[in-house]
Amino acid sequence: MSNVVLQVENLHTSFFTRLGEVKAVDGVSFYVREGETFGIVGESGCGKSVTGLSIMRLLPEPGGEIIEGKIILEGKNILELSKKAMRAYRGKMISMILQDPMSSLNPVYTIGDQISEAVKLHQDLPDNMVEAEVVSALRLLRIPDPEIRTKEYPFQLSGGMRQRVVGSIAMSCRPRLLIADEPTTALDATIQAQYLALFDDIQAKTNVAIIFITHDFGVVSRICDRVGVMYAGKILEAAPTRDIFKAPKHPYTKALIDSVPRLEVKDERLYSIEGQPPSMFRLPPGCRFRPRCPVAMDICGEQEPPEVKLNEDHAVSCWRVK
Amino acid sequence: MTRFIVIRALQTFLALIGIIVLVFFMVRISGDPTLFMTSPLSTPEETIILQKQIGLDKSYAEQFWIFISGLARGDLGTSFIKRIPVAEQLGSALPNTLRLSLPSFFIGTILGIALGVLGATKRDSILDNGVKFLAIMGQALPGFWVAIMAVLIFSVHWEIFPAAGTGGIEYYVLPVTTMLFFMLPGMMRLVRSTMLDVLDSEYIKLARIKGLSERTVIWKHALRNAIIAPLTVAGMMLAGLVNGAIIIENVFNWPGMGKLIVESTFGRDFPVVQAIAVIVAIMVLGMNFLVDIAYAYVDPRIRYERG
Repeated sequence: MSNVVLQVENLHTSFFTRLGEVKAVDGVSFYVREGETFGIVGESGCGKSVTGLSIMRLLPEPGGEIIEGKIILEGKNILELSKKAMRAYRGKMISMILQDPMSSLNPVYTIGDQISEAVKLHQDLPDNMVEAEVVSALRLLRIPDPEIRTKEYPFQLSGGMRQRVVGSIAMSCRPRLLIADEPTTALDATIQAQYLALFDDIQAKTNVAIIFITHDFGVVSRICDRVGVMYAGKILEAAPTRDIFKAPKHPYTKALIDSVPRLEVKDERLYSIEGQPPSMFRLPPGCRFRPRCPVAMDICGEQEPPEVKLNEDHAVSCWRVK
Repeated sequence: MTRFIVIRALQTFLALIGIIVLVFFMVRISGDPTLFMTSPLSTPEETIILQKQIGLDKSYAEQFWIFISGLARGDLGTSFIKRIPVAEQLGSALPNTLRLSLPSFFIGTILGIALGVLGATKRDSILDNGVKFLAIMGQALPGFWVAIMAVLIFSVHWEIFPAAGTGGIEYYVLPVTTMLFFMLPGMMRLVRSTMLDVLDSEYIKLARIKGLSERTVIWKHALRNAIIAPLTVAGMMLAGLVNGAIIIENVFNWPGMGKLIVESTFGRDFPVVQAIAVIVAIMVLGMNFLVDIAYAYVDPRIRYERG
């Protein structure tokens, strides 16, 4: 495995609430290579965003805590870094795009201010160079008239433009890893398609590794090289996107793919998975998908299925898969 | 922005005119001042002579004209009781009040913001709980009682600070602290709650994602957004200080406007009451005007919308 930028090993992140411990991320492992997009797909509350925040080490405090595991970025376990050293990584080595473009920019500072802040912080540049860097960051996200945009405030821009600005901030210091947490969910379908196209573009230019968090398998097929299917805090199946769509192995993956609407199928009720995800306070014994699984066996309720590696890139946790 | 300032200045001026009219007629509803200035043995003729002397024999329209044209020239009239120019009386009372209220205002605003921010960032810590406790006390206890208790404890019992009068810095401690006790809580609680809202927002998350230090995140990104509502309160706080001055100055026997206005209201000394009301109105309106400009400066959305 060459050029692995990020390796997450057995990550456990919990929230400690008054009602008890919530194991939001319960033993997640995956890796992302340079220039590759790894998708994390799953329903709301499955822990995909918490995985992203854990890598940023920006869990909500107090309450959120990384219990165990390793997050290795460019050979360095960032969980061992001091708070200060971690800050130097944030924005420079790892960056993140949040879901809602309408609220993720500070309303009282100009676009230029908000981008140059990151540039000044992480790169030792004279003032006139900073300006050029800001403009080039806006160009990278194909924002028209970047010189004018720098002097504008967020409320003067459309949602799609704002999300591009958020992207510019994230990419302004050319990070090695970009975490995109549902960046297109709040956008219109047409704007969404444009925005997704930008990711290919950015990746081609900067070779950044991307973790793309989404609940939308359509987006996965469009943008991800490999994908991890997450359910109730665990990745149940991880494989190259092609393989997942052609031959999904886990019953949950199959069910998710079946519930994506298709153009060629007409007059048919859209498939949906029975039941609800389990309560994160009390996971069922054995396989966490068993209560909703159409092909569950006796052993599924007794023991958690081990991870089976079908090949170097395809891993499944299911008793049905041998 | 210029248009915004001009419009606000005009509005402020109109409000001032309204207040002047209101004050002029309202003091006259309070009764006849000559009743206090004559003895039960005085003859009606003597009362008429007195009314002539102080100009109350003229019609309301004439009196109003004299008042407002005087104001325009900067002449505040002559006190009915002391028979000296009002300006002379205010000349010592106004600075005395400002000496008390301006430090209270600035300390109150700055400390209120600082404690509010600390409360929000160190949520549920000992500091936060202490601040909350003080805030509730300050909002619940009546002002005159706190002032009297402060005198009782610190002047009478422990004899640390003087109980009344003016002089060196030690004379300021009790009145200013008592004033702060009322102003600080509202400011603190408001800053704390707006700050908590802002700290929960996505753009604060983004600021942290950029790798900014917690100090920059809080004092640059969060505070500027959290300060907008408290700014309005700061303007109103000044009005509250004037009201507070009436109580505080009387308890601490501080020769300021608060004391003067109580004396002249009881004596129906119209020119003095009018002058103080107008001066207070100018201070409060002026402060609100400045707050509105500060508002537009802090929040570009206001600047552009009204510019």
